Amino acid sequence: MEIPYTFQERRDTGLTNGKIGIWLFLASEVMLFGALFASYILIRVGATSWPRGDTILDVPLATFNTIVLISSSVTMVMAWASLMRNRFGTFRLYMGATVLLGGVFLVVKYFEYSHHLHLGEYPKTNNFLAVYYTLTGLHMLHVIGGMVVNAYFWGPGAKLWKTNPVWFTNRVEHSGLFWHFVDLVWIFLFPTLYLL
Amino acid sequence: MSDHADPATGHHAVDIDKHVRVYITVFVALMVLTVITVAISYLDLSVPMAVTIAMFVAVVKGSLVAGYFMHLVSEKKLIYAVMLLTVAFFIVLMALPVITHNIGYWINE
Repeated sequence: MEIPYTFQERRDTGLTNGKIGIWLFLASEVMLFGALFASYILIRVGATSWPRGDTILDVPLATFNTIVLISSSVTMVMAWASLMRNRFGTFRLYMGATVLLGGVFLVVKYFEYSHHLHLGEYPKTNNFLAVYYTLTGLHMLHVIGGMVVNAYFWGPGAKLWKTNPVWFTNRVEHSGLFWHFVDLVWIFLFPTLYLL
Repeated sequence: MSDHADPATGHHAVDIDKHVRVYITVFVALMVLTVITVAISYLDLSVPMAVTIAMFVAVVKGSLVAGYFMHLVSEKKLIYAVMLLTVAFFIVLMALPVITHNIGYWINE
């Protein structure tokens, strides 16, 4: 039996299964990061002293990564828009750029982590670094997860475009929603960890 | 530019062109706001003031991403309901550490 509402919308909600599914997943993700943010606030307001992020972390590098991630959000939404315009070749270009920009973000993060570890700054060193590694580490795992899904749609998953373009476009939109969420989390992580 | 519905996806090219123009505008706005975020950190502000301004800018940036890239400005009612519930619980979650801090934590010193 075929699963209903994979690409056609339900009459009552006007949504597909995938759309409501990804938003419910994102709601759970908000609570996951929210719990960590709340813990960070609790640890910070309870501390007798707390370092400013820019005295320990590399602000220009993080600013560069912010620009990279925002750019990747634009290429992601342009990938979806290309499918809506029935331009598969352009979709491939934008989706490839999205995956590539995700890779750039990870490479920068690798250099950032290596620098701190080389200086003997581990999560166990102090509460600031514990919070920094936990929040950025979890965010990085989300970047990797998003990249895997986007790379799948860029490569083998794109076969669906030939048989069911509407379903494929919806899938790209859903993976895009996750990718934008990853960008959104970074928008809050950047000032709270690096600048304040 | 054609204003006929696409045979594969059923969407109008003109509508998508409008969307694309909005995406570019939002991208520029996000870049400007990122520069503002960093510039503010160089000002000699008190911690509460710096936190307030930085969070305000972050909320504006986040709203642009959620509203336009994630299409929340034109979503269905059920998605709004899910998000409303999420935001309510998120606010409670953020308020918890502030409340516990203000009442002197849960441990009697």
